[in-house]
Amino acid sequence: MNFLRAIGRVFIAFILNTGRLGIFLVMSLSHIMRPPFYWRQLGAQFLHIGYFSLSVVGLTAIFTGMVLALQSHTSFARFNAEGAVATVVVLSMTRELGPVLAGLMVAGRIGASMAAEIGTMRVTEQIDALTTLSTNPFKYLVVPRLVAGVLMLPLLVIVADIIGVFGGYLVSIYKLGFNPANYLQQTSKYLESEDVISGLIKAAVFGFIIALMGCYHGYQSGRGAAGVGKATTNAVVSASILILFMNYALTSILFSK
Amino acid sequence: MTQSLKVRVRGLKKSFGNKVVLNGIDLDLYTQESFVIMGGSGTGKSVLIKCILGLIEPDEGSIQVNGEEIVGLSYTHQQKALEKVGMLFQGGALFDSMVVWKNVAFALTHGHGMAPFEAKKIALEKLQAVNLDETAAYIYPAELSGGMQKRVALARAIAANPEVIFFDEPTTGLDPIVSGAINQLIIDSVRRIGASALTITHDIGSLRKIADRVGLLCEGKLIWTGTVKEMDTTDNPYVVQFIHGLPTGPFTTG
Repeated sequence: MNFLRAIGRVFIAFILNTGRLGIFLVMSLSHIMRPPFYWRQLGAQFLHIGYFSLSVVGLTAIFTGMVLALQSHTSFARFNAEGAVATVVVLSMTRELGPVLAGLMVAGRIGASMAAEIGTMRVTEQIDALTTLSTNPFKYLVVPRLVAGVLMLPLLVIVADIIGVFGGYLVSIYKLGFNPANYLQQTSKYLESEDVISGLIKAAVFGFIIALMGCYHGYQSGRGAAGVGKATTNAVVSASILILFMNYALTSILFSK
Repeated sequence: MTQSLKVRVRGLKKSFGNKVVLNGIDLDLYTQESFVIMGGSGTGKSVLIKCILGLIEPDEGSIQVNGEEIVGLSYTHQQKALEKVGMLFQGGALFDSMVVWKNVAFALTHGHGMAPFEAKKIALEKLQAVNLDETAAYIYPAELSGGMQKRVALARAIAANPEVIFFDEPTTGLDPIVSGAINQLIIDSVRRIGASALTITHDIGSLRKIADRVGLLCEGKLIWTGTVKEMDTTDNPYVVQFIHGLPTGPFTTG
């Protein structure tokens, strides 16, 4: 009986959380459409999510591109297909690794900071204070973060794609001895615009997920430092899992033909 | 004395799970009156204020602010009805990412759409009204002492000239001298803008200074109301135990 009760408790908690998240999502989306808009807050989030994530996303991308070139060269050498290295690097970066790795890195960096900041505001009654100062917390805190997440992640992924391909180029030219002109030609030969666009669509979805999870868990944060800590962990874990799940779902939709 | 009602609460009930916090509160706050609710920790004082401010949805009952029923209103309409209400939170609840003058001007710039230079002028005036000079306006709340933070929070609460102000334990955690100064500032500020004040506290010294009328909250109900003079002469065992801090009496100590 205890076992069944435990399962029931987990199931009810799951339903409750899903319902709360659904209401939070609908409220957030409804506020995106209606004024007032806090442009200054939006600008600050562009800077926070976009500009300050450049270094971490760039470093992740360059090492990923370099490893990709090394690994694919080692594997393809077994059946004399080393010429495909450039194509593998560019397609892997634009379609999968650019958006997924940028998403996961930003989830760790931005999702955590959003949940901690909003959670602390909840615990110290700053969110209640916003309401008493005639300011809707959804419009002031949640909407700018969601919009900035959706718009900034694709820009970060463009940067990650370029740096990742450059990383692959560096290893291929200076370590594996490829001809630079041939490598660049191979890079662009099989790359199609839909490869890049599909990656950017994924990035926008991942940006929305990161901001939504950061805001939701921060907003629902429990009391005290432990509550904020738990909210931060939940934001990063749930955003990361949802990114991996949505990556599969989007890949099967975008590349099903 | 003919006074109009600013806040009228009837039959207010709120429970969290099985725990009944408010069990049928009736409360009247008149124009330019200072009403203080006293009660022990965990008796639902903050929940009562948050229900009136629309921050917590009550289970049952009626809340009227300036004659307008706010229970059941949509968020936007509720905020419209509460536009002329200010609040001083227990911990100040200052925005730590903004300098002091921006905190004070927040309701004016964000809530009322006032131009920043105009709002800044008013914020500096309000800071002066709570005895803070201009140098304090340009630093962050974390750099201020607890007493100074309370003054900034008070300046923010009165910045938009509200008609009703709520004070949630305004002197908790402050030394007696700073508490005295905050009490005096509350009296002066409220009188200057002609507002009504509803304060919750368990600081009897503070209560004696700022209250016109007093209510005692116990087991989710206002079990006694009267003037400060009546409070000192009543034989209500709850009031007697509470104001004298007696270890024995009808209140159970937890």
